[in-house]
Amino acid sequence: MSTFNQSRQNFIRLLFLLAFLVLLVRLFFLQLTSKQYDILALDNAVSKNVIFPDRGIIFDRKGRSILENTLTYDLMINPTQLKGIDTAGLCKILNIDREEFRERVVAAILRNGRYRPSVFESSLPIELFVQLQENIFRFDPGFFLQERPIRSYPYKAAAHILGYVGEVDSNILKKTNYYYQIGDYMGLSGLERFYENILMGQRGVRYLLKDNKNRIVGPYEKGTFDSVAIAGRNLTTYIDIDVQVLAERLLKNKLGAIVAIEPQTGGIIAMASGPTYDPNLLAGSLRRSNFSSMLRDTARPLFNRAIKGQYPPGSTIKPMGALIALDEGVITPEYGISCNGAYFGCRRPIRCTHETPGHASNLRLALANSCNSYFSHIYRLAVDNPRLDGTTNGYLKWKNYMNSFGMGVRLGVDLPSEDRGLIADTSFYNRLYNRYWNSCTNVFLGIGQGEMQATPLQMANMMCIIANKGYYYTPHFVSSIEEETSRDTILHPYQVKHQVTSIPGSIYDIVQLGMQDVIESGTGRVARIEGIAVAGKTGTAENYGIIQGRREKLKDHSWFVCFAPRENPKIAVAVIVENAGFGATWAGPMAGLIMEKYLKDTLSVERWKEVERIESQEIILPIVKYKRNRLDSLRRSKND
Amino acid sequence: MVLLYMVLVIMGIASIFATTYRDEAVIKGFLSLNTDYSRQLIYFILCLVIGSVILLTDSKFFTATANLFYGFGIVLLLLVFPFHTDVKGTESIIRFSGFQLQPAELCKLFANLALAKYLSIPDMNFKKLRAQVIAAAIVLFPALMAIMQSETGLALVYFSFFLVMYREGMPSAILLIAFSLALLAVLTLLINKDVLAVLLTVVAALSINELKLQIKRNRRLLYTIIVIWIVAVGFQRFAVPYIFSNVLKPYQVQRIYATVGKDMEVDESTMSEEDIKKMEDRKKASTYNVKQSKIAIGSGGFLGKGLMKGTQTRYDFVPEQRTDFIFCTIGEGFGFMGSIVFLGLYLFLLLRIITMAERQRSLFSRAYAYGVASVLFFHIFINIGMTIGIVPVIGIPLPFMSYGGTSLVTFTAMLFILIRLDADRQMILR
Repeated sequence: MSTFNQSRQNFIRLLFLLAFLVLLVRLFFLQLTSKQYDILALDNAVSKNVIFPDRGIIFDRKGRSILENTLTYDLMINPTQLKGIDTAGLCKILNIDREEFRERVVAAILRNGRYRPSVFESSLPIELFVQLQENIFRFDPGFFLQERPIRSYPYKAAAHILGYVGEVDSNILKKTNYYYQIGDYMGLSGLERFYENILMGQRGVRYLLKDNKNRIVGPYEKGTFDSVAIAGRNLTTYIDIDVQVLAERLLKNKLGAIVAIEPQTGGIIAMASGPTYDPNLLAGSLRRSNFSSMLRDTARPLFNRAIKGQYPPGSTIKPMGALIALDEGVITPEYGISCNGAYFGCRRPIRCTHETPGHASNLRLALANSCNSYFSHIYRLAVDNPRLDGTTNGYLKWKNYMNSFGMGVRLGVDLPSEDRGLIADTSFYNRLYNRYWNSCTNVFLGIGQGEMQATPLQMANMMCIIANKGYYYTPHFVSSIEEETSRDTILHPYQVKHQVTSIPGSIYDIVQLGMQDVIESGTGRVARIEGIAVAGKTGTAENYGIIQGRREKLKDHSWFVCFAPRENPKIAVAVIVENAGFGATWAGPMAGLIMEKYLKDTLSVERWKEVERIESQEIILPIVKYKRNRLDSLRRSKND
Repeated sequence: MVLLYMVLVIMGIASIFATTYRDEAVIKGFLSLNTDYSRQLIYFILCLVIGSVILLTDSKFFTATANLFYGFGIVLLLLVFPFHTDVKGTESIIRFSGFQLQPAELCKLFANLALAKYLSIPDMNFKKLRAQVIAAAIVLFPALMAIMQSETGLALVYFSFFLVMYREGMPSAILLIAFSLALLAVLTLLINKDVLAVLLTVVAALSINELKLQIKRNRRLLYTIIVIWIVAVGFQRFAVPYIFSNVLKPYQVQRIYATVGKDMEVDESTMSEEDIKKMEDRKKASTYNVKQSKIAIGSGGFLGKGLMKGTQTRYDFVPEQRTDFIFCTIGEGFGFMGSIVFLGLYLFLLLRIITMAERQRSLFSRAYAYGVASVLFFHIFINIGMTIGIVPVIGIPLPFMSYGGTSLVTFTAMLFILIRLDADRQMILR
């Protein structure tokens, strides 16, 4: 019987062999042919930890740091290790009740899971931090303190220039081809954004092993693949933080902008936009809520009016008109007209503020008296230049001049999102007037009204051109990068000299003297500085706004542009205060204070009183305040 | 043989060590008895003692007491019902004074002995149906108990004894039918049931057409084909769905579907939302194990990452990896080469046991040896198969490797009894 089924042993052997063969084949495919499991395993077990280097520091022209790094502390929670912790004690220190404590624990678990630590209270105020640090042992290991570097602005100034950092959003992720990762911080505006690559430094990566609960258990492969973080490089700027702070004080309670540039280099000494804000508000943990409340403010504090505000330049454009006419050769400095209170060259008379005969009998006088008739006339002379064959060509030539002066184009300042202002193209007039237009149609351009808008930065740059007698360097903030190498090309555009006219220096002298007369004896006497020759020009720009659906004429913008000292210009300034009336009333004195502070480095007691007088004056259109108040009360009623 | 056994057990301890070792001092860890690997070491030492005792016992003892042991095993199994403690969803474990015992595991040994004893009754005629039924009953009774204790995996192991019966003269038709039904069940899962029915019909029609001449001569062939066709279609249309919805538990069905890579077909409209959610959770859990295990083994590559260096097995990504998924450690740590060597060891062990079986003069010894081989084979194939995703997840341990006292003791006892019997093979026929 036992030998009967002998052959069956071989079948059983075969069965075993086959089964093992199946296993082997499967293993072969699993282990040798598919790479995906390797990747999945790495995904499972290795987390790429990016180490952020310290961002670079930004210094002003005197080497004072105006944007640096500081540490803030977060109270962190380990949700799994809360047993036996003095909860009541912690609640007392944090001044919260048990109910809120429970809610926050639940929120932390929901946010980050049970096994990973999450933030319980972020950016602790210093008193709270000290108190917690003394007591933290009582809450160990459920709670611990963790430091976190944030950006700090020691002068609480230059918010619009320096910008802020924030978490990258999905747009940036895509645009940078996923160089950044979710949760990364990067410069989002201002110099932080423009010089992101330099300030950021080089990120380091640490590969860490994690377990099935996503807890870190140690370095991966003993750190062989890790790379070290390289700190960001520092930037030195042309900013004089004292002047900057002063400019911001002057613009307090006003809408407007101040730009001060060093003409020889194009370096920006100060750039203020009013209203401004404390940049530290956008650095801490309250960034989001602060940001959104500022975003809702109808006075638009986040809006950098110095490079994005677009205003009709008014009379401040007149020196430019003179330069164009001179360069074109249609007038000489001796050229004069007789004006008795209005310009009648076109159908509608253009009013002039002066009626005394002879106030425009030469260029210098016309500039000093800001004669509307004179500059309307020379605008038409330039555009109707017989050598240029027709108004269209004449206007195009004029536009080219303006563009080369930096008007109507982006200057290329080292800040993101600069606006270009407006110098209308011929096509605009062709469309508007069905091709029938001449120099009279847009004669207002000669006095800086009409289809013309300029940013305060452009106006300050225009002053540089006159101060430099025919050239400018693109305005910029950064003078040098720490450890600059030949690969850093970001500053190269700012080393190019832009020669814009071919007028000899002697004729520039006449324009400059005319502007000096404005200060000494003309409309700009408010900007006089003891012992320094200032050249300037006031501007009072008509403007319109839409209020409750109707286009209404608003109070004039107050402009002032100037440079000093005239013989050897060190600073060129442009000031605009929105809806503040005559250029001499507000913008002029502010420009004077800025120049004096920069050139003399101090202000006398009386001058400080003047600063306080200006600072305390509120100039905001009722409509802006009305809207702001209404928003506030809306929000309040919503919260109630 | 003993050497092979030692190698496997030590590999097992090393693997458990690799997966559960944290940063404690190694020697202290082994001595502390708190760690899994130290406990496994203790079990190993215990097993060596048991093994020695078995080797010193007279081989007649086992033949004499086989039925007694079987009875004892049944009693233990019955004792489980009133005295079990719930551990991870099974109801098959008795615990006394910190020691756990799983009778269904131990009973494999007893059933094996009893089956061998029954088959070796001198005037046995295994061709008789009555003998076959009794043999099947010996094996299936403990399996039934195991099923009642929610240990379907262990119950399935008992089916491996049919291999022994096959060797001892069970008609191959039974095995053939079983295989066919299994194949049909798998096909039912893979192919749409209507398509499959049509397919079966076509096969039946073709075979009738093919065998026309024979059928003319022999009418019965036609009836056979028709009966087979009816049974097959009936099986795939009614029996399989019935088993799935009424016999198996939902989580088991899900595991089976997970293996073939399909979703469970359920009528969601009849379920409450809570049930649907539970089902989703279960689905995730049932695929998670296998997915992680495949990742671990797949990432091992050709040569592996080295013991203790596997990122997946070291940090608990694979659930249950000390016990049922211990093969992951081998797969990840030593890669394809290591797995080949490892499988080779097992295969060598199995073939060696069969060779031993065939040189036995006594029917008892031979049947017993086949029993050991069958049970080991079943365990190994199912266990490794499930870690690499070709067999549904059935919670049975890998012999000699998995963490767990009862299973180690059982397999050790099985193997050492075999060695003992083999040593006495020259003695007279029993």
